[in-house]
Amino acid sequence: MQITKDLVEKIAKLARIRLAENEVEKFTEQLGAIVGFVEKLNSVDTSGVAETNQITGLENILRADEVAEFPEMKKLVECSNHPIENGQIKIKKSI
Amino acid sequence: MSELTKLNLVETRKLISEKKVAEKEVVAEYSKRIAEIDPKIGSFLFVADNPTSENSGGKLGGIPIAHKDVFDTAGMPTTAASRILENYRPPFDATAVAKLKSAGAVNLGKLNTDEFTMGASTETSAFGKTRNPWNLERVPGGSSGGSAAAVAADLCVFATATDTGGSIRQPSSFCGVTGLKPTYGRISRSGVISMASSLDTIGVISKTVEDAAIALEILAGRDLLDATSGNASVEKYSENLRTDLRNLKIGIPREYFVEGLDAGVEKVVRAGIDELKKLGAELVEISLPHTEFAVPTYYLVASSEISANMARFDGVRFGPTVANSEVENLVEMYFENRTRGFGDEVKRRIMLGTFALSAGYSEKFYKKALQVRTLIKKDFDDAFAEIDLIAAPVAPTTAFRIGEKIDDPVQMYLADIFTAPASLAGAPAISVPAGFSEKLPVGLQLIAPQFAESKLLAAAHAFQNATDHHLQKPALN
Repeated sequence: MQITKDLVEKIAKLARIRLAENEVEKFTEQLGAIVGFVEKLNSVDTSGVAETNQITGLENILRADEVAEFPEMKKLVECSNHPIENGQIKIKKSI
Repeated sequence: MSELTKLNLVETRKLISEKKVAEKEVVAEYSKRIAEIDPKIGSFLFVADNPTSENSGGKLGGIPIAHKDVFDTAGMPTTAASRILENYRPPFDATAVAKLKSAGAVNLGKLNTDEFTMGASTETSAFGKTRNPWNLERVPGGSSGGSAAAVAADLCVFATATDTGGSIRQPSSFCGVTGLKPTYGRISRSGVISMASSLDTIGVISKTVEDAAIALEILAGRDLLDATSGNASVEKYSENLRTDLRNLKIGIPREYFVEGLDAGVEKVVRAGIDELKKLGAELVEISLPHTEFAVPTYYLVASSEISANMARFDGVRFGPTVANSEVENLVEMYFENRTRGFGDEVKRRIMLGTFALSAGYSEKFYKKALQVRTLIKKDFDDAFAEIDLIAAPVAPTTAFRIGEKIDDPVQMYLADIFTAPASLAGAPAISVPAGFSEKLPVGLQLIAPQFAESKLLAAAHAFQNATDHHLQKPALN
């Protein structure tokens, strides 16, 4: 399929990445080449083939639903460069 | 004792336990060598100030190691070689880091990698290039290029690393060292920064197979902090090593000896396979018919998972956050931080994954790749019903020149052509030094069924025991 500049701009917006005009051109060309390459998979007959999501066959790994204190919580929150208030990160309004 | 840094783990531990050398002396020798040699190589992103053992006398007491910079190390920078994590100092250790620390290993510092492990040359690092110790104009491979180069240059006894599509094996081949990618989930991923969660595998790069076996014994096992870690019992890998290969059937996949495989590399790999036969193995030609689809499958599955995993880097919890005064609102802040914080390869993969998962395309791309992954796994299952191990090349070429492939993503992705299949199948694999082509190292890859690390390491050890390629050292002084 054809990867257009419009599509690249749309994807970049979904991914929260801003692209300069020359980057849109560069990525359009590169993603076009990559998508052309991965389209090779169209030649494989996969009718009736199950999807693989977990490769060693694990299923439903559950644990007891108990509260566990994370001892380093304060330090972890402090990894943020935003102001910290009451153990929470204060950010800008969302809209 | 300037020769100390040439020794492997077993030799170093022996000297320490016989009290011929103190743990501190070993650490001091390595620290000195890093200061002398690493400016040429650029394998370390961070060198620890005063490295010490927390369990002197432990199984790894006094053994200087270093971690790929995607392993969380408490209080020490952990950047994933990305601007967006430039100032991140995790408050905890990854499970793998904690296990090695408890065994007495001394952490010398953090090693360069492609940004968030995305690359095959360590050139996508935001913090500088790493050079191949065998030829400083060449890449060390990637993404664990810092780990492979550091071990090859004797800057640590062994190093941790990660392999998602070949990131342990390919740099090990390029740098002439031993690189073990265990079964998916054999070692906990907890505290290791994720790239593609269904593929990311923790392993080690070492000077010998025996050293890798010892490290794996310490690192392997179920971890409650990683729900995908495997339940299979951890074996005494280092006690199961062999010196012959009698009664072992080794498959040679015809799809791995195709156009694109460099003639010099093929010659070394074929000679390595002959050596396996001399050691008693029965060689069988096999077919893994979906091999040619592994790289496209890999890039779709991996990029899709990358686009999800990278969503957490939004500038809120980590990163060089733009000042609140610079942005209007939260979404604006996400855009600013991600645009400034990620390099081109990360952006490329996030966009490919976002595309492959987006409405209207996910059936055609993502779902299709998950189905082909099933067929690739089945190729291996069918093969392993008849044989014990697979022997193959690791990479189609030796180390390429710095800058040679950086602007051509598809060419760079094809560096994974012989390593991505085992990654997709979750199978353990190892790269062992097998010789040289035009003065550059070439690795031989062995692949085993899931959780058959004992068999894999035993055979790789037999090969190493009968050859001396792993003992060759680059001229750096």
